[in-house]
Amino acid sequence: MKISHIIEHLDAKVVWGEEHIGRHVYSACGSDMMSDVLAYVKDQSVLITGLVNPQVIRTAEMMDMVCIVFVRSKMPTNEMIELAKESGIVLLATDKRMYEACGKLYAAGLIGNAVRK
Amino acid sequence: MSDKLTFDFLVDGTDFTSAGQASGKLKKNLRQLGIAPETIRRASIAMYEGEINMVIHAGGGKATVTVSEECIEITLADNGPGIRDIEQAMQEGFSTATDTVRSLGFGAGMGLPNMKRYSDEMTIDSTVGVGTTIVMKINL
Repeated sequence: MKISHIIEHLDAKVVWGEEHIGRHVYSACGSDMMSDVLAYVKDQSVLITGLVNPQVIRTAEMMDMVCIVFVRSKMPTNEMIELAKESGIVLLATDKRMYEACGKLYAAGLIGNAVRK
Repeated sequence: MSDKLTFDFLVDGTDFTSAGQASGKLKKNLRQLGIAPETIRRASIAMYEGEINMVIHAGGGKATVTVSEECIEITLADNGPGIRDIEQAMQEGFSTATDTVRSLGFGAGMGLPNMKRYSDEMTIDSTVGVGTTIVMKINL
C-alpha cells in the first residue's frame, strides 16, 4: 500500500514528508508501547500510535520504518518533526482512534507483523 | 576490514528525550561501513533498548561498539543500582520502571528480552550497588 492510500483511508493530514507519499509500506504495527514495537520487525513498516514524544521517532528510526501515523488528533512537536526529517520518515495525523485506524488499514489489505523469535 | 574498529558513546542519564542519540549515531557509522541493513537494524535496536535502560535505571553510562570481521560487539556499562535477579529481569513483561517511564512508551518489560532477541549472544554481569555490564554480539 502506498502512503498516499493510507492518507485517503484515514482522512489523514501530512505533517511532514509530502514528497515521500508515493512510497510503499508492506506491514504495520499499532501500539503506544515502544518496546512492543521494537519486538516486531519487518521492512518498510508504518507505525500507528497515540504516543507523542521524541522516542516515537527514534523507535521508527531504529526499525527503518517509513511512516508514522498519529491517531486521536495528536500532533508531533517541532523537535519530533526535525528528527523525522533527518531520517526521512513521513509523519501523518488523523482524528481517528487507534482501533478504527488499524481496522481501516487492515481491511484495506495492510497486514500486521510477525514477532521475531 | 582486518582491523577492529571501535566507537565510543557516552549515554546521558539526565534527559530521557535525548535517549537514542548514541544508537542513531551508531546506525550511521555502521551504514558507512557497508554492513547489511538487517544486521544494522538488529544492532541499532539492541543498542537502543540498552541505552533506554541505562537512562531509565542507571543514570546513564558508556557504550563501546567494536566492529571486527566476525561480529559487531556492543558493550554497555553503567554504575547504576545493578540487577538483583537477572532471570526475573529477562522475563517478558517484568519491569521495575516507574509510571512516568511507562507513560513515555517504555517499561513494558521488553527491553532485556528484545536485546537478547536481536543479538546472537548476550551476557549480563551485574552487581547490586555497583553496576551492570552487558555485552551483545551480532554476527556478521
